[in-house]
Amino acid sequence: MNVFDVTRLCHSPPPMPAADTAVALYRTMRRIRTFEDKVYQYFQEGRIGGTVHQYQGQEAVAAGVCAHLLASDYITSTHRPHGHAAAKGIPLRAMAAELFGSALGCCRGYGGSMHMGSAEHGIPPASAIVAGGVPIAVGIGLSCQMLRRGSLVACFFGDGAFNNGAFHEGANMCAIWSLPVVLVCENNFYGASTHVTLVNKIPCLAERAAGYGMPTDTVDGNDVFAVYAAAAEATQRARSGEGPSFLECLTYRRCGHSRRDQNKYRDKEEQEFWMARDPLELARSRLVGDGVTTPQELDAIAEAAKAEVQEALDYGEQAPRPEGPEALRHQFWEEPQ
Amino acid sequence: MTIAKALRVAIAEEMRRDPTVICIGEDIGIPGGWGGAFTVTWGLEREFGLERIRNTPISEAGLIGAAIGAALTGLRPIADFQYADFMFCAADQLINQAPKICFMSGGRMKVPLVVRAPVGASGRGAQHAQCPEAWIMHTPGWKVAVPSTPYDAKGLLKSAVRDDNPVFIFEHKLLYGSAGARREDNAVQVDEPVPDEDFLVPLGSGAIRRAGQHITILATHLMLYRSLQAAEELAREGIELEVLDPRTLVPFDYGLLCQSLGRTGRLMVVEEDTRRGGWGGEIVAEIAEKHPDLLKAPPVRVATYDVPIAASPRMESFAVPDASRIASAARRMLGA
Repeated sequence: MNVFDVTRLCHSPPPMPAADTAVALYRTMRRIRTFEDKVYQYFQEGRIGGTVHQYQGQEAVAAGVCAHLLASDYITSTHRPHGHAAAKGIPLRAMAAELFGSALGCCRGYGGSMHMGSAEHGIPPASAIVAGGVPIAVGIGLSCQMLRRGSLVACFFGDGAFNNGAFHEGANMCAIWSLPVVLVCENNFYGASTHVTLVNKIPCLAERAAGYGMPTDTVDGNDVFAVYAAAAEATQRARSGEGPSFLECLTYRRCGHSRRDQNKYRDKEEQEFWMARDPLELARSRLVGDGVTTPQELDAIAEAAKAEVQEALDYGEQAPRPEGPEALRHQFWEEPQ
Repeated sequence: MTIAKALRVAIAEEMRRDPTVICIGEDIGIPGGWGGAFTVTWGLEREFGLERIRNTPISEAGLIGAAIGAALTGLRPIADFQYADFMFCAADQLINQAPKICFMSGGRMKVPLVVRAPVGASGRGAQHAQCPEAWIMHTPGWKVAVPSTPYDAKGLLKSAVRDDNPVFIFEHKLLYGSAGARREDNAVQVDEPVPDEDFLVPLGSGAIRRAGQHITILATHLMLYRSLQAAEELAREGIELEVLDPRTLVPFDYGLLCQSLGRTGRLMVVEEDTRRGGWGGEIVAEIAEKHPDLLKAPPVRVATYDVPIAASPRMESFAVPDASRIASAARRMLGA
């Protein structure tokens, strides 16, 4: 498979979900895109510090998978967690406050961009060590299986994680114990600047994952309806006790790997091909073309997202920052007062 | 009761008390197997079943990550390594994940995790011999227990299971009292009666194992017993060592150590880890910095030489402190 072969996956369009679901998928993607674009602007202006690994271009994956998750389900995430966090339900203002290092952030300023998490939304602090979240998802799957049958965990990771031992140890454990885990591989073709074909003899990652003895699928990760349909099967299997699945979503960063990365290592033709396949535009033309909704309704969603994001960033920017000595707290668990 | 049995009893009591406690590790829960490398979990699957005594592939990163994820979401796992040396295969989970999750969440998520690992040179060569307590002690977010008696093994393990934070328990191969096919050559017999009732040894409380007025010896595990042996020898020469067992390295019972130094004015740390960067240096530095007034003489470290451990018995014995090396260091310290 080469990076253009994604078109072979789309010979028949995936089914269109019910109208309200389809529109909700678009709304989730739009909220993420608008948030990320605005965060990028604030970062360039020096209003947000540290580093950011952004999600523009991959929104269909988080939206399509998380649409199947309940509040009682879990996800694990990566150094690129903003999209997953928003799709699983962390309010944008708690995320924005975290980016500003505020005490009102979802991790009170202790986590930052790469460790977004929230206990009440079933998200442990995202692991910024590539593949580090995979074994943790195994354990969450174990407690779902032993304590809360019917719950599941969606484990997000990138193509880079696929060549790390932690992924393979975790994938095997998911399979042998038949755990309710959906392994969601966001194959955006680059581990930082390294192309997937440089570091994989068999670049179809789903083909290799199948060796663990679990159902696998490769979908167009820029088509939210394709992701939604594939994730429906995978989450259903997990919920009904039929074990893990591996879902490879072919997608592409519309942003750099991090901060000010200009993507100079990317092939021009490849980049043009994928930039022309914006998941939001693809969804919009399908939604309008199938008569599910109107351009006006989608524009209204975009306007609402813009207002929500601006409100969230204003909130975050003005929210109080913790004092220095607060750095000494929370190494160990303190019972809530 | 041996230490292996005391640990097994403690695990069983905690599993009966709390249905969310599970064991996860390599070669556990195998009918006809060993119960882990040193028999600690032997037979527990008969009472608790294979779901709760969960055998894993040889996947250290996988099993520790799984224990962390389970701890985050309602279980209280006791994970074990067959040998402490294997923990480095799980370094990301042990260093970057487990001890940082509560912190990175801003104190909103807890990780009630216990990890057990056998330490100590035992004729197996360089990769089955290390005492890596300092690696974990160095990492904020861990508590570290180092039981050296059956009573403490039971009480500390139960405290660890009930703690809402990651607790690492280092155990010594030659102190387990493992029997049968898992018997260790050169083992030290440390059998003692252990009360049947539910009792805890709190994390952060040391114990004086022998009272004396000349030197405070701080030692754990096998070095504790070798220090006691040296103390016997020196007592015949009129030198009285006070032997202190810290029982946990994090938190560390500085109060008890300072009381003891108030009596002796001399500190010697005896450890089986290699000397450079070992846990003993940290204790010495802390006392030198904060309580120099308590010291009549410069502190002394007796530790394994800074080399990997050789397999051949005489070389192994040479590298690791024994009673005579401890006694010589004590005599030198007193100018005797």
